[in-house]
Amino acid sequence: MTDTTNKTPAEVLAPDVVTPEVVPPQAPTQDKPASLWSDAWKELRRKPGFIISALLVILMVVMAAFPTLFTSVDPRDCSLIDALQTPSAEHRFGTDLQGCDYYARTIWGARASVSIGLIVTFFSTIIAVALGSLSGYKGGWLDSTLSRFTDIMFAIPLILGALVILNALAGSRGVLQVSAVLIAFGWPTMMRLMRSSVLSVKELDFIDAARALGASDWRIITRHVLANGITPVVVYATITVGVIISAEASLSFLNVGLQLPAISWGLMINTAQNRILAFPHLLFFPGLFLSMTVFAFILMGDALRDALDPKLR
Amino acid sequence: MTSYIIRRVGQFVLVFFAATFLIFSMVFAIPGDPIRAIAGEKPMPDSLRQTLVQRYHLDEPYMVQYYYYVTGVIQGDLGESFNQRPVLDIIKERFPRTLRLAIYAFIIEMVIGVTAGVWAGIRKDKFLDSLVKVSTVAVISIPIFVLGFMAQLFIGVRLGWLPVTAGNPPSLYGYLLPAIVLAAVSLAYVARLTRSSVVENLRSDYVRTAKAKGLSQRRVIGVHTFRNSLIPVITFLAIDLGALMGGAIITETIFNVPGIGQALYQSVIAQEGAVVVGIVTLLVIIYAVANLVVDVMYAVLDPRIRYD
Amino acid sequence: MTKVTPLDTAVDPRSADTGVLLDVKDLEVEFRMRSGTVKAANRVSYQVDKGETLAIVGESGSGKTVSAQAIMGIIDSPPGFVTGGEILFRGKDLLKMEEKERRQIRGDRISMIFQDALTALNPVFTVGWQISEMFQKHRGMSKSEGYKRAVELMNLVKIPSAAERVNAYPHEFSGGMRQRVMIAMAIALDPDVLIADEPTTALDVTVQAQIMGLLADLQQQTGMGLILITHDLGVVAEVADKVSVMYAAEIVETADIRELYRHPYHPYTEGLMRSLVRPDHKGGRLSPIKGSPPDLLHIPSGCPFHPRCDYVQDVCRTDDPPLREILEGRTSACHFAEVFSDD
Repeated sequence: MTDTTNKTPAEVLAPDVVTPEVVPPQAPTQDKPASLWSDAWKELRRKPGFIISALLVILMVVMAAFPTLFTSVDPRDCSLIDALQTPSAEHRFGTDLQGCDYYARTIWGARASVSIGLIVTFFSTIIAVALGSLSGYKGGWLDSTLSRFTDIMFAIPLILGALVILNALAGSRGVLQVSAVLIAFGWPTMMRLMRSSVLSVKELDFIDAARALGASDWRIITRHVLANGITPVVVYATITVGVIISAEASLSFLNVGLQLPAISWGLMINTAQNRILAFPHLLFFPGLFLSMTVFAFILMGDALRDALDPKLR
Repeated sequence: MTSYIIRRVGQFVLVFFAATFLIFSMVFAIPGDPIRAIAGEKPMPDSLRQTLVQRYHLDEPYMVQYYYYVTGVIQGDLGESFNQRPVLDIIKERFPRTLRLAIYAFIIEMVIGVTAGVWAGIRKDKFLDSLVKVSTVAVISIPIFVLGFMAQLFIGVRLGWLPVTAGNPPSLYGYLLPAIVLAAVSLAYVARLTRSSVVENLRSDYVRTAKAKGLSQRRVIGVHTFRNSLIPVITFLAIDLGALMGGAIITETIFNVPGIGQALYQSVIAQEGAVVVGIVTLLVIIYAVANLVVDVMYAVLDPRIRYD
Repeated sequence: MTKVTPLDTAVDPRSADTGVLLDVKDLEVEFRMRSGTVKAANRVSYQVDKGETLAIVGESGSGKTVSAQAIMGIIDSPPGFVTGGEILFRGKDLLKMEEKERRQIRGDRISMIFQDALTALNPVFTVGWQISEMFQKHRGMSKSEGYKRAVELMNLVKIPSAAERVNAYPHEFSGGMRQRVMIAMAIALDPDVLIADEPTTALDVTVQAQIMGLLADLQQQTGMGLILITHDLGVVAEVADKVSVMYAAEIVETADIRELYRHPYHPYTEGLMRSLVRPDHKGGRLSPIKGSPPDLLHIPSGCPFHPRCDYVQDVCRTDDPPLREILEGRTSACHFAEVFSDD
């Protein structure tokens, strides 16, 4: 069965990664035992792109986990009298339609967006790795069934599918529901990726060697197949976090994502949309933070991919 | 080749039924009041509720509901809005606008995207390449609605080059800004994909052979690499349509283009569940058809896959 | 309309009809990488004459393909650079030529075939299209003329049903047939020199023999010079007239084929001969050369073979022996080459 190269935009970002050239474990050279990961780490440490993006990611994660480190203002402490003020000394980012401090809301907005990004990616990856490696390694009817199923999932574009389902969940859309829907649409692409990675690793001779030495299927999958086949998935997962954060923002903007009184960057822009032309700061700050966060993850994924691509060695 | 097409069409039919079933299930099989899928949280008089339950067979077993839904779709019945307007009519009226928007966006993204990608690929690691790499990542990072508003603000309001809303019926100028915004993200993907495809093909053995044949650099790149490099881009176009659909919802809303995307958004706001499901169903079918067409085109370009 | 090649006019008296066709002199090629600079060709010298078959033998990583690429002018630059030497084709130095002139020679007067025909042929064009391209671009012929010649060539290289298969794609052929297509493409314009880089390594043994036989026949018919790059000593024995042995980017020995087998003049060559598995040596142990070939980034000092040499002396560790003529037609890069004359 061919890999029909149906790729989502995020997969397109890492095109080399789809048909990986996997490096079998290397014998120790004259100096030190080299592994793909330690070599990659050495290279990454020096790359400015990786350093910047990693710092940004850490910043955003800290912001999401500990917003009080950045602001002591309560984002829900709003008074209508202060509504729609442009940035000033008192309100660094201005205020919104309800009179809430925009800086505080922007900082607190990181929590929903970043956590959804991480949660969705985490669970999608686990499902994808499990199903993808089983499917690729075992083949047969399991593989055909799963592949057919992912084909069908691919027939529904992400935003459309998420929109129609979340719309039906009117009234109870929290982080849980939004995450669940995004996970449902997120795992198929990663599973395909893992599967094709496993398929190429499976062909390598050292797998036969391991089997000849009596290793069980489970051991082969975990120690050898996963260890070598996981690199493209790691790259893709990093980029996916950014894509999911962007998707959640778009869905919230379209009124089918998180709902008030939740605080998310997409939601902030949604509520402000009729006033943006007159009060651009309402767009600028959440938009900037949103873009920077997505940028950080995608850049990091790019850097990881370049470092882990054995073809460039 | 014919057997490939037949198989592909068969796959399309399977996908049609399965995808519609999936949408249907996810919308109507969620625990809770099924009326919520049709009417959201709207307060509902009992008589209206009864009408809706009957119309959409909400009291029947699950599979029966699906049966009515799918036969309805095949016959062109995609539900109606609360004031009895068939979704199909809404779509028919608005479709040409969205189509125009999509075509403009498509032209922009292909022309600029492929050109930028080819240039960047040929001049790998030089300034132009780095420029393309960084700018594409930057554009992709900005969610499309942020881009939309930014475009409205800077190009529409501050600079006044293009109108902020499309107008009804939209003028050519009215389409331009939303088309650019819609194209922006896809353009970035196309450029990146073209670039990496060109880079990979320039490294390949057959390029070495072409050089060994004494062909000019222009011919090696223009003839030998070009077709090979386009193959992944063509396949991307099919998925891109899906992204364009999602993006169209947002751009039409921001720029007030009276197309299907705007209708979808308005239905979400107005809690017109039936319309939402109807429009999305149709869009999914269009997407499946487009993928079918692209797969066939792919087989035309790459003779190796005709036997799969 | 036949093209007049510029070389027709610039004739060096030394290389008239019986002169040396291709003369590589002290070729030096470097690859500048992040991890260091690799010398991929170190004072490489060899010659090929009309109708002659030179085999360049060496292990993987010995640099044998690099000199061929330098002749063709298809080294990836960067990171590869030709830093010294001359490549005289009919008396004119290819390295000093304008690229435009070189391109006319490439594929037309000197061609090359590669190891893996599946990846070396463009997958999206028919074989007829790819062969015809030679005629269209180098000779200005029309497409239909080109295709006619393509069919003729496919017949020449013994591809059955050429007239139908001219419209087939590379992946529709078997490995051996694909290689024949590549050969057809390379000899299309009747080149003076054909370089074959491991042409049979990817093929089965029986097909190997067929392809080598084909090359030998073609050479007989056309009188072209043939450079055969390989690591397989067995293939060499059948076909070559003379052999140049390469080790660590240097030529260590050159000799007539029979002389080489009978009496090597370099410890490496001797080791290679000894390590051959021979059907008449039953029951003994295999005797490979101890150690392994050096990483070109870290070539040993002095003679690059000294860590593995059974006859190593002090001078071998410090001085890199030059390739010098020991007897008529025999060269060797060993300080003690003469010692071998007594064995």
